[in-house]
Amino acid sequence: MPAPIRLRELIRTIRTARTQAEEREMIQKECAAIRSSFREEDNTYRCRNVAKLLYMHMLGYPAHFGQLECLKLIASQKFTDKRIGYLGAMLLLDERQDVHLLMTNCIKNDLNHSTQYVQGLALCTLGCMGSSEMCRDLAGEVEKLLKTSNSYLRKKAALCAVHVIRKVPELMEMFLPATKNLLSEKNHGVLHTSVVLLTEMCERSPDMLAHFRKNEKLVPQLVRILKNLIMSGYSPEHDVSGISDPFLQVRILRLLRILGRSDDDSSEAMNDILAQVATNTETSKNVGNAILYETVLTIMDIKSESGLRVLAINILGRFLLNNDKNIRYVALTSLLKTVQTDHNAVQRHRSTIVDCLKDLDVSIKRRAMELSFALVNGNNIRGMMKELLYFLDSCDPEFKADCASGVFLAAEKYAPSKRWHIDTIMRVLTTAGSYVRDDSVPNLIQLITNSVEMHAYTVQRLYKALLDDISQQPLVQVASWCIGEYGDLLVSGQCEEEEPIQVTEDEVLDVLEGLLVSNLSTPVTRGYSLTAIMKLSTRFTSVNRIKKVVSIYGSSIDVELQQRAVEYNALFKKYDHMRPALLERMPIMEKSASNGPTEIVQTNGETEPSVEPKHPPPVTQPANQANDLLDLLGGNDVVPVIQTTMPTKPASAGGELLDLLGDLSLSGGPAPAPAPSVPTSQPPFLLDGLSSQPLFNDIAAAAIPPMTAYNKNGLKIDFTFERANPNPNIAVITIHASNSTEADMTDFVFQAAVPKTFQLQLLSPSSNVVPALNQGTVTQVIRVLNPQKQQLRMRIKLTYTLKGSPVQDLAEVNNFPPQSWQ
Amino acid sequence: IKSTKKHCFGKLRLQKWYTATAERDKKKMVRELMQIVLARKPKMCSFLEWRDLKIVYKRYASLYFCCAIEEQDNELITLEVIHRFVELLDKYFGSVCELDIIFNFEKAYFILDEFLMGGEIQDTSKKSVLKAIEQADLLQEEDESPRSVLEEMGLA
Repeated sequence: MPAPIRLRELIRTIRTARTQAEEREMIQKECAAIRSSFREEDNTYRCRNVAKLLYMHMLGYPAHFGQLECLKLIASQKFTDKRIGYLGAMLLLDERQDVHLLMTNCIKNDLNHSTQYVQGLALCTLGCMGSSEMCRDLAGEVEKLLKTSNSYLRKKAALCAVHVIRKVPELMEMFLPATKNLLSEKNHGVLHTSVVLLTEMCERSPDMLAHFRKNEKLVPQLVRILKNLIMSGYSPEHDVSGISDPFLQVRILRLLRILGRSDDDSSEAMNDILAQVATNTETSKNVGNAILYETVLTIMDIKSESGLRVLAINILGRFLLNNDKNIRYVALTSLLKTVQTDHNAVQRHRSTIVDCLKDLDVSIKRRAMELSFALVNGNNIRGMMKELLYFLDSCDPEFKADCASGVFLAAEKYAPSKRWHIDTIMRVLTTAGSYVRDDSVPNLIQLITNSVEMHAYTVQRLYKALLDDISQQPLVQVASWCIGEYGDLLVSGQCEEEEPIQVTEDEVLDVLEGLLVSNLSTPVTRGYSLTAIMKLSTRFTSVNRIKKVVSIYGSSIDVELQQRAVEYNALFKKYDHMRPALLERMPIMEKSASNGPTEIVQTNGETEPSVEPKHPPPVTQPANQANDLLDLLGGNDVVPVIQTTMPTKPASAGGELLDLLGDLSLSGGPAPAPAPSVPTSQPPFLLDGLSSQPLFNDIAAAAIPPMTAYNKNGLKIDFTFERANPNPNIAVITIHASNSTEADMTDFVFQAAVPKTFQLQLLSPSSNVVPALNQGTVTQVIRVLNPQKQQLRMRIKLTYTLKGSPVQDLAEVNNFPPQSWQ
Repeated sequence: IKSTKKHCFGKLRLQKWYTATAERDKKKMVRELMQIVLARKPKMCSFLEWRDLKIVYKRYASLYFCCAIEEQDNELITLEVIHRFVELLDKYFGSVCELDIIFNFEKAYFILDEFLMGGEIQDTSKKSVLKAIEQADLLQEEDESPRSVLEEMGLA
């Protein structure tokens, strides 16, 4: 058989292939040749063949049949063979294949080889791809080499040890003795890899970290080395653009960060050197800035004094003005991390940050946008918003959704006036209308509803916007809803804020009908406009026209529209007496915490509230807990409601006032009550959203006296009452649990059950531990719906652990004050 | 550093992985990354986010050098690491060009493995790294020469 072709020749040949198919053919031919050559077990050409195989593998072709050959090469005595063999092992083998374990013995031998370059190969391979088993077997050898005086091997052993620790963290201890004098080496290679090793150990183990801080006095050592690097003269071997060994400097700074974190003494010890590096490092090239960057990260992460922190932020501020976009990017990223903690310092650089919105680079723009939103506050809202709206106009589509959401949030928090708020929203809807999130529509509607004095202005502006453009669905939806609600204000020309426009009822209906037929409108939008038209039947005089429209859509192909139209028709025909009440103005909605989705509690039944539903999360309480309470309550008269499924069909018209409380759960213990946000394009339906932190307006209703519900064995539970506003059928009870015994009550769980005519919801408790000796109380909120105004009764179950033993008790609570349920 | 790659207009010239990854995942990631990096315009910065990693890339003539680093790693110094590697190649091959790397890919790997291990720098001295490679190359030559000596003596 002729000698297999050389590597370079193969490469040359393959590169002449003009098509993928041609290349594939060549590769297949060569692979076949290589396979037969392997079968012949010829030592001479094995190396060459494997090298070729590696080349073909790099091009993307399979090469697994060469794996065993790599092992044979590693076992060979020739250095050339070993070199290619180890390379092949690193490229073709990985720990998922059992084959790799066969390497272990070879590596062990090579770690003890007489030639350091062979030892180096073995260390490198182990350090790059050694599996946990291999690491376990060979850790001892690595540890030995870590103590050698040969710096070439020592540095490699250090990095190999890093890999071993990553794979088998338990082995960390065994390397500890060898680290003792690593830092007294002069060789920069050893220094650098030692710092990496120490970093790995400190990051992984708090005990190690403490040990290195106290016993080894690592910080002073590192400070000394760093100082020498900075102060020493020019060293050609380690110089990069006039800076001495920047790689080592950066690694030392990073280790200092870990040592100084949460430790006052260490932080103090490194204060000076950090200040020195921060002020003396040359900033004209990337190298210097890389060091400054690492310094800033360290300063911000340790317990540095405020002067140092300000210095760090100013460095970042200077970075922002650098011509190099990489530096600007890095600055913005770091500022974003620090804006929460050092808000005022970052504010000083606000205008530079805002300028970065105009940068050409996408990543920089995004960071600048995030940072800008973080910096918005009550003082700068007007100016910032101007910039951000301008950005919204001109930015790429990928930003628009986030930017729009950010604008809404900021506006909600800091709006200087209602009018400004509405104008801002209008601006967003008209410029980026198609990109706003689905949940912004209900949020906006709620906002508009609550700005009572602005209704006329709002509906007028929205109407004008509709005349211009009906393609942006969120805008159209909000506009239709408003016109449906406030159409009467529109035609009566009552606007105070700006010049009122002259609009007739027919013109308004033209616009709404136009939405119904337009191709641009989505089914959801059509739903909105049909409902809006219907609402106008109680606000406009041209009822006949509305009746006609509604009856036409009774035979619409769109099921949703059809259903609505049929129901509205029914309203006209059979339930006309109820129509005004059903279609009257929406009440002001209860507002929840600004970051969560809006909770809406409907009091009057509205047939078609076009607000997004909130789905309370399904109860994750195990079924057995509910069963406990069933037992508790002795069966028949109480139904513990675990989870009712959501009514998914839209509210039907025709006299049904809807169930106000959708999903209530009888839950013990911490109730699952995070407020999820559910953007859906489902037809909206009525649901009582119950938020986890109910915000209740101070009740104008007469205060209901508090009562003690339970008082036994040192545990006292008081109930205080409020009325849910605006629903008078919901009683809100806050329990206050206090503990007069000497020991804390831990794992405290409060459960409650009510008779069938009531419905109950239990929210998260403030804590599970009732502190001893009345030092604090655990509070928890219960909401009870009592539509039939029956006398409130409750059975409660208490479980807790006191001094190690579990305690459980049941009690009936019958002494509710009459005001709480009348 | 989690992985380093070199590629030219869609052809991979060198790849080094420092975390155990399945072959087909590697291929997928490489494809994805190449697409993303090649789509970058000249004015853009050298960093981008990809999955939960940061990608640092730099273009030298027709070659892109990419490094995937972790959240806590320093992007700016990574640029210097890339540059150092290119300098090493340049010194070794003498004004390195892409063809050098194509035809001597295994040497490029040897240099990389002498410079980095497990994603970390082994030696910050250019001189030291190049000397080690030189010595190893000599060892390789010694492997070849005994044969010719024996042949010369007519004893092969």
